[in-house]
Amino acid sequence: VSARALTLVALVAVLLLPGAAGAATPKTTLPDVEDEVMCVECGTVLNISTSQVADDQREFIQQRIDRGQTKDEIKAALVEEFGPDVLAMPDRRGFNVAVYLVPALLGLIGLAGVLLAARRWRHRRQTAVSGPSSKGEPDGLEPDQEQRLAAELAAFDR
Amino acid sequence: VRRSVTWAVIAVCAALVGLLSYGLASSGGDTSIDEALSQGQRPEVAALEQPLPVLGDDSRSGSPADYAGKVVLVNFWASWCDPCKEELPLLQRTHEDMAREGGLVLGIDSRDLTDKALATVSRYELSFPNLRDRDAVLARKLGAVGYPETVVLDRQGRVAAMRRGPVTEQWLEQTLPPLLAETA
Repeated sequence: VSARALTLVALVAVLLLPGAAGAATPKTTLPDVEDEVMCVECGTVLNISTSQVADDQREFIQQRIDRGQTKDEIKAALVEEFGPDVLAMPDRRGFNVAVYLVPALLGLIGLAGVLLAARRWRHRRQTAVSGPSSKGEPDGLEPDQEQRLAAELAAFDR
Repeated sequence: VRRSVTWAVIAVCAALVGLLSYGLASSGGDTSIDEALSQGQRPEVAALEQPLPVLGDDSRSGSPADYAGKVVLVNFWASWCDPCKEELPLLQRTHEDMAREGGLVLGIDSRDLTDKALATVSRYELSFPNLRDRDAVLARKLGAVGYPETVVLDRQGRVAAMRRGPVTEQWLEQTLPPLLAETA
């Protein structure tokens, strides 16, 4: 029984080890937060900003990472200090919704354009394959071209 | 179908252009106060009555309008702004001079880390009151586009002068004495 119990304890320990290791590691990193935060002076994303306030913001973030805070907690602390504009992606409220809607709308327009072009291309192809049009002329040939073609075919037959 | 699709695309494009125009128009600084001042007027700005937290003590609040009856030099600054810090000793001296004649300097720390701002207050031994405009809401309503910026209110709380950029001793000497000489 004791051997089985020891094995069970060992198994539980092995299963819990990755979790324990995970808890010991930092929950986030500076680069992970930097690309979701704006430099309040420069109006650029923090990870490409080099001003004094950007350094202050990085120091602020690093201090909280060292304390083991999560990304969301750090972002909330940044909002507390600088206001919601410090976040690179604003809240989905009011006029800010446009930030999310416009790219989706542009994507839909692009998709509709591609579908329309594909439909037109398929229609043209089908018409070309089905042979002469209802007017009895080969599709895509002007009357003078048709005459010339007929003359050349006749000359070839001779 | 084809025509309705064309119209839909045109409508969406027009909406996008409208959105872009709105974004550009709303991002520009408000120059209405500058224009009024250049015409010799002293505009009353309602935003100056908006309460802001006291720097370092969010439980208390104040506003420039609280100092009605005094000449108030409202200075927007931040600890990360070098020109702001360069003018702080001059503003401290100005505050001491103004206090004798019924005036004061009111600092408004904006878009700043509270700890850094308080360290700056301590380092420059600033005795004038400071409020915190976290989101730069008041700064934007006054048309501020950078730091430092300074607004001088007369004894009736109206905007009497404005300085975009650092103040100079000469500008202060020209601007403040006539306002301090006025009665409420």
